Amino acid sequence: MLSIKNLQAKIGDKQILNGINLEVKAGEVHAIMGPNGSGKSTLASVLAGREDYEVVQGEVEFQGQNLLDMAPEDRARAGVFLAFQYPVEIPGVSTINFMKTAVNQILKSRGQQPLDAVSFLKIMKEKMKLVDIDQSLLNRSLNEGFSGGEKKRNEIFQMAMLEPKLAILDETDSGLDIDALKIVAHGVNKLRTKSNAVIVVTHYQRLLDYIIPDFVHVLYKGKIVKSGTKDLALELEAKGYDWIKDEVAVA
Amino acid sequence: MSVTVKEKNASAEVKNLIDKSVSLNPAVISIRKEALEAFQKLGLPDKKAEEYRHTPITSLLQRDFDYDALLSKPSDLDPKEYFIPSVKGNIIVLINGVYSSAHSSVISPADEVHITNLSEALAGGDTMALEHFAKYADVKSDAFTAWNTASWNHGVFIRIPENAIVQTPILIYHIHDARAGQVMSASRNLFVIGRHSEVTIIEKFDSAGLSHHFSNTVTEAVVSENAHLELYSIQNDAGSRYQVGLTHIHQAGSSLVNTFTFTLNGKLIRNNLQLSLDGEGIESHMFGLYLITDDTVADNHTTVDHRKPNSFSNEIYKGIMDGNSKGVFNGKIYVRPQAQKTNAFQSNKNILLSDKATVNTKPQLEIWADDVKCSHGCTTGQLDSEALFYLQTRGINKETARAMMLYAFAIEVLNNVKHAELKTYIDQLVSERLHTNF
Ligand SMILES: Nc1ncnc2c1ncn2[C@@H]1O[C@H](COP(=O)(O)OP(=O)(O)OP(=O)(O)O)[C@@H](O)[C@H]1O
Ligand SMILES: [Mg+2]
Repeated sequence: MLSIKNLQAKIGDKQILNGINLEVKAGEVHAIMGPNGSGKSTLASVLAGREDYEVVQGEVEFQGQNLLDMAPEDRARAGVFLAFQYPVEIPGVSTINFMKTAVNQILKSRGQQPLDAVSFLKIMKEKMKLVDIDQSLLNRSLNEGFSGGEKKRNEIFQMAMLEPKLAILDETDSGLDIDALKIVAHGVNKLRTKSNAVIVVTHYQRLLDYIIPDFVHVLYKGKIVKSGTKDLALELEAKGYDWIKDEVAVA
Repeated sequence: MSVTVKEKNASAEVKNLIDKSVSLNPAVISIRKEALEAFQKLGLPDKKAEEYRHTPITSLLQRDFDYDALLSKPSDLDPKEYFIPSVKGNIIVLINGVYSSAHSSVISPADEVHITNLSEALAGGDTMALEHFAKYADVKSDAFTAWNTASWNHGVFIRIPENAIVQTPILIYHIHDARAGQVMSASRNLFVIGRHSEVTIIEKFDSAGLSHHFSNTVTEAVVSENAHLELYSIQNDAGSRYQVGLTHIHQAGSSLVNTFTFTLNGKLIRNNLQLSLDGEGIESHMFGLYLITDDTVADNHTTVDHRKPNSFSNEIYKGIMDGNSKGVFNGKIYVRPQAQKTNAFQSNKNILLSDKATVNTKPQLEIWADDVKCSHGCTTGQLDSEALFYLQTRGINKETARAMMLYAFAIEVLNNVKHAELKTYIDQLVSERLHTNF
């Protein structure tokens, strides 16, 4: 589904991604871990199409399409979703309103009929239940004054609404209490099918207790320096990153 | 043979205009005379004049107008196409500054609303009109006010008696017919709202034709104790409009005033809005929205004068500048020594959409009392690129995302419009302007 080859990206003069290779197949869950500042969010942003980053080399293919050639909205319409590490606050734009616009523009791009108000509301109610989010929150200005946990839940609500093929969750677990973590994980698991895939960026094993990954990768200094199964996450939890840094230094 | 080059001088041309405008009103002859003297003393503001520093109105009046060829014949324009279809109410039409009884219609009962041509009211000895006319708009500090006061012949006099809750709004359509040539008008309004009364007044400015036209309007509004005025100004003239307008509102104790100034089009629009809070327990809100593009200049100069204790004023002006347009905001807040416990807030926020668009914003607080709460803030920036990206990652195209954010920016002002149909109407204007067809 997603194939990243030798991806290198920079912002300004600073190169942040130094040749990333990653294959994600339908039905898989990949966890990306790694120390602060190693480039995890940068990778997520580049995949979602943030223009501030300049791709200097490499290829990204998503379902046979060259992802890097596409505008962010076209990537979303093709089925890529990014749950932001730091969701943006937009005063005056409510989640409900902009989700309606988003859903309908996506449907239109696929040659489908837009949803009328009633069907939209029905779907919305379902998805709200899935992530246990209150409508009053969705009526408010997007993320403005939301608590950290509310912002993250709102991201998953949006993901549920858009039903992406590939969801990239950038530290969706940070700032969540245990109950919220379970709810979010439950929401993600509910949306998992054989035909979609998830990349979870996280620092903690506790999320991976609920969303069990097929593969775990360690990103360090803009490169994937180690890949393994879910056991790798447990090992990292126990030992930290020093041993990996040492391995990299030796190599 | 010697050739004399006639140097065009706008102040001299205007002086001629004033001289030509014969007064219909013996009652106000001395006021006119004083105003003329003030005008001659002041002259039109030059480039260095502080109050008009960013607004080159005088040089444009010099460059773009031919004072010997100004239209003077009556217009046969049908004003209906400029009416707001969904907002029914008492309708007053001024064409080229001339009060048109034929196109005006007052539907409110006479004991609720009294509307006439101001010059008739003064000539007829209306005591309210005589008591308040020219008491608030200061001819000595502004040449345009002096010009207006010295030369006006038509305008709207609205008197609301005490205890009248006027449900039907009053719409004043200021239309210039610039099809056959250039137009200049100086109309004069006076609104007197009685105690415990309530009224909504909507002014709209339009034009027909392509010639340059200039309007110099002065409105004085007296809002008595416990009265409530909602005053709207809708400036969306696609023609070549130059305009300087002064609205001075004098508020008595416990009165409530909400003003709205929407500037969406025109060549150069200068709004002088002055509120005198001359009593206690007053509440005043001034809302402004300017969405401009091309070469439009929109200049809002506002003054809130807290003269007595315990009043509250709140000002929110927002602007979006595209193309070569230029926004100007100047907000003066005066808190007099005796005006303790004043609450005064001011905010001016701007978004620049193009490299060539500019804005000059200047808060000016002069506070002589010590126990007051005052705050002001102004921001100028581009659209938040991170927010745009966020919306795009949800599948919304860039244009829509942009429009959504601009609309969200404007909504803060729109949301305060109370009259439902008017709100819908302005909402549509704003949406069209921002291309928010999502
Ligand atoms: N706009 C920018 N200008 C300069 N450097 C940047 C910019 N954005 C990111 N960086 C740098 O790129 C590096 C990678 O940042 P990134 O956010 O991708 O890290 P991360 O792995 O997600 O970290 P964390 O675990 O803390 O979220 C950091 O050193 C960061 O400072
Ligand atoms: Mg990060």
